[in-house]
Amino acid sequence: MVRDGTTPTPGSIPGPSEAALQVRRLLSRIGFYLFIVIVGAYFALPMLWLVFAPFDPHPTLAAAVPSSVTLSNFSDLLKNPNALRSLVNSIVLAGATMVLVVAAAAPAAYALSRVRIPGRDLLLYVLLLFSSVVTGTAAMVPLFLLVFNLGLINTDVGVVLVLAGGLMPAGIFILKDFVDSMPKSYEESARVFGASSFQILRDIVLPYARPGLAVIAVWVVVNVWSNFLIPFILIRDPGLMPAAVVVYNFYTEGGQADLRLLSSFGLLYSIPVVVMYLFVNRRYGFRFYGGIKG
Amino acid sequence: MNANRRPTRITALLATAALVLTACSGSSSPSPSAAAASAAASAGGNQPSSSPAAQPSSSPAAQPSSSPAGAPVTLTIAANAVVGGKSDQEATWLTNYVIPAFEKEMAAQGKNVTVTFNGTGVADEQYKAQLALDLKSGSGADVFDMDGIWIGEFAQANYIKPLNQILPAADTWDGWSQISPAVQANMSYQGQRYGISSGTDGRFLYFNKDVFAKAGLPADWAPTSWQDILTAAQTIKDKVPGVTPLQIDAGTAMGEATTAQGFLPLLVGTGVKLYDETTQKWQGNTPQIQDVLNFYKQVYTTGLGDPQIQLAAKGRDQSFLEFSQLKIGILAEGDYMWRGVINPTGGVNPMPNRATEVGWTLIPAKTPGSGVNGQNFVSISGGGGRVLNPNTKNPAEAWALLSFMASKDSVLQYTNGQPQITQRNDVNAQILSSDPVLTFVATKVLPLTAYRPGFAVYPQVSQALQLASQQVFNGKSVSDAATEYNATLVKLVGADHVVSGG
Amino acid sequence: MSSRAADRPSPPRGASTPPEASAAALQTRGAVAFLTPALLLIGIFLVFPALWTLYLGITDYRLTGIQAAQPQVIGLDNYASALGDPAFANSLWVTLLYVLGSAVIGQLGLGFALAWTFRRWRGPARNALEVLVIAAWIIPSSVVAFLWIAFLDTHNGTLNAALGNADIPWLFSWPLLSIIVFNTWRGTAFSMLLCGGALNTLPPSHLETARLAGASTWQQLRDIVLPSIRGHLLTNLLLISLWTFNDFTPYLITAGGPNFATDTLPVYIFRNALINFQLGYGAAISAILLLINLVIALVYLRLLRARS
Repeated sequence: MVRDGTTPTPGSIPGPSEAALQVRRLLSRIGFYLFIVIVGAYFALPMLWLVFAPFDPHPTLAAAVPSSVTLSNFSDLLKNPNALRSLVNSIVLAGATMVLVVAAAAPAAYALSRVRIPGRDLLLYVLLLFSSVVTGTAAMVPLFLLVFNLGLINTDVGVVLVLAGGLMPAGIFILKDFVDSMPKSYEESARVFGASSFQILRDIVLPYARPGLAVIAVWVVVNVWSNFLIPFILIRDPGLMPAAVVVYNFYTEGGQADLRLLSSFGLLYSIPVVVMYLFVNRRYGFRFYGGIKG
Repeated sequence: MNANRRPTRITALLATAALVLTACSGSSSPSPSAAAASAAASAGGNQPSSSPAAQPSSSPAAQPSSSPAGAPVTLTIAANAVVGGKSDQEATWLTNYVIPAFEKEMAAQGKNVTVTFNGTGVADEQYKAQLALDLKSGSGADVFDMDGIWIGEFAQANYIKPLNQILPAADTWDGWSQISPAVQANMSYQGQRYGISSGTDGRFLYFNKDVFAKAGLPADWAPTSWQDILTAAQTIKDKVPGVTPLQIDAGTAMGEATTAQGFLPLLVGTGVKLYDETTQKWQGNTPQIQDVLNFYKQVYTTGLGDPQIQLAAKGRDQSFLEFSQLKIGILAEGDYMWRGVINPTGGVNPMPNRATEVGWTLIPAKTPGSGVNGQNFVSISGGGGRVLNPNTKNPAEAWALLSFMASKDSVLQYTNGQPQITQRNDVNAQILSSDPVLTFVATKVLPLTAYRPGFAVYPQVSQALQLASQQVFNGKSVSDAATEYNATLVKLVGADHVVSGG
Repeated sequence: MSSRAADRPSPPRGASTPPEASAAALQTRGAVAFLTPALLLIGIFLVFPALWTLYLGITDYRLTGIQAAQPQVIGLDNYASALGDPAFANSLWVTLLYVLGSAVIGQLGLGFALAWTFRRWRGPARNALEVLVIAAWIIPSSVVAFLWIAFLDTHNGTLNAALGNADIPWLFSWPLLSIIVFNTWRGTAFSMLLCGGALNTLPPSHLETARLAGASTWQQLRDIVLPSIRGHLLTNLLLISLWTFNDFTPYLITAGGPNFATDTLPVYIFRNALINFQLGYGAAISAILLLINLVIALVYLRLLRARS
């Protein structure tokens, strides 16, 4: 990342009067800092609670620096045998779904980008719309019976397949854009040297679309990481439940949140995805280089 | 990954084809077609409850009724409870006592029984959905927890069966004599027992003695009419600023709490039940429903109650918190609040001095003698229990487990020194004496209580009531709210099953 | 719905490549092989259950009770009762406001503003802000929902504390605004990343020329930037509108209340499908939601085509 230390001063255009220019520059600079401070506070303040409450022996809904810092919330959390295991389960589910979506969406996006199939875009839109039906609660029974009759109830495989099916259209949609932006000449010269379609995909398209793959990967993981309904209806063994389900363990029969356990679990539950993002961003550059077009 | 997926995909295609056929043929039979079912069975899907590791040992034991001595049997318990989380007490008891003790008892009879516990900790509706899906597909745990209010709708869907149809021996269990008929009825439908209750509860009025002292109200307050409650609330409003005088659950955000702790206790105080078993009619736009709505209107439009609490998503939590902080004068709640919320040991909002700070009294009928059956005081109860899965492969062992869980020793183990109202009279007699509130509930509240009607349509009727209770303090007139409720009710149950008018 | 219009603006390829030339790079057989895994997965786990769900929408199917054992086909009754239900009309209206406020104005507006700001600004403060914005997007919904319940709490909330112990009951007095502000916070990252990518495709010389010609920032945006990345913005708008339309997270904060002020369509479906277990009715509403989404997609395609 380039650091040149300067702040942008939008609107600093050489004008007729030097004094007017100075005032204008000052105002725009003040406006800029004001914007940054407000936006920064907007994004930071709601997260403060997650920073303090897990270490507070008696957390309330107030985000306050605890008077004494404790780790007892975390040690109490471990009394729940599913707490840590669920994070591992989430990693397995998110990882497997991510691999499956990327592995299936990348060649599909390439094919859809390069071969003209009648009604291609219509197909993509319709699939995109269908995915919103299936992710809704109304599809609960069809999904359950489908997976049940495949003999995949209470398995990670069933959950991964359903999640991957739901995420695939948007994954292809986003990825296709990266492939669209790749100059055709790359592939054509490779083909001159006798490369097969698969080799072109592996050696040219995928490296080119790497930031797109990173975007899809993070996006899939984030979606699976939050998904409650699908694993909840398809899994029965508490040892296989992901964190999205286990997080509800920390409410009482009366529906009250146990703030000690909820805050400490909430922190543990959030860290892996944030770390993953930082890793992917550093390693692959998490950017929509081309933006997305239809 | 690719190599692993291929067979799955082929199986998937075949089963999908079978499913398409089922779905296309009208989808009127909810049970999977024979072809699909056998495909699932061969794929090992018929026992989703047991963990994959345990499956090989359990699948050969697929014989009907009880298995020969020595053959390994796996049983599964499902409950909305998890160790170190929601309903920890039950989960810990199942894990540490029920499972080892039951396996030992079976071993002593020469039976090799392994019990696993599938506990989740989620919202009740979600647990209910999971149960319904399991039972619909002919699978599920052998023994599972259920709220008594769900029995009717599950029975209507043919998901569960009367105990004596699964195993005739269930009728001869010696424990029935210790469970009072009203509590048994909570786990029954049309006179048939579907499960064994695991306890009950009751609703009454809590009040804050500190607030009462400041308002000049007696510490042994005992209202005998709705007017007495309103008068006391008005006194608090006049004399103790900064305190919400009265909270009685209302509105849709409170969900079932509104119906169970607010609307229905008020309604039975007007002399009618929401659903009358003999006439098979629901209360529509009747004077009694309007009485209740008038009461709500008065409480929440004259500053006696705080409508914000009623409308907020976490309003009940807030009412608990504010009561524990002595900021609410009178609160209608169940004994759960005493045990689980303001309990100095392990409560969510502990009140170290609850014994001296908190008063309790029966919910009066609208006027003395105006309650159901001519009662002066009224209450509503709920409670859950455990049900036998009709699909169990080992009904004898499953019943043995179910009845073991409701034995005196087990129930005593469950309470673990913490007083609470159990299903068994012999246990209650032994453990409640140390707790004044629970003794009060067991001896004073339960004899007058009523249970809610258990039909599939009940949750929607309940929501219509919640909506009406909310509309009256959002500007709608009582008669308009009652008319709208009546229209919803007619749509739900049909005009033949609704009483309306005077 | 021609796809050609959508492809035209892509600079590297452009309209100069005849459509059939692509077949040279990737044979049809190869394309079929490449598409098969994704389409199989989609066919079995997406299209099939979605069609099944749409079928349930014409029945009175429920998860429990008599209708669970004997569901009846009731034709369009579910649709008729939805359209006659004032609560449904309310949900539709609330959803439109929610999408307009949080996706169109909030996420796209703030996301673009941030992308524009980040375009040339470098340094640790920028990186920190970017990570914060993205963290809001990737922290699980159940956690962020709780964070916002705590943030907006009347007596203890950080927001009221920041305003000097204001004790404003945000979720009670300003429920819809609260969830709009929440969802803007939640989803801005996607638009920010996407707009950032789009801005990167602009040749810097264009803006430089405009600046030298004395154009103000606003003029640059209006005359150069927005027209060139309009396709990207529209696609972003389509995706975030669809996602916001189907967003269930507000339920975790307000449960649809108070007084149905935040009862968006997904919450309405949830209430009917998972609380009342009226799966037939819930499926019918899902189908209506699908139709609305389809209208959005068509409007989007029309706008996309109109730009040439």
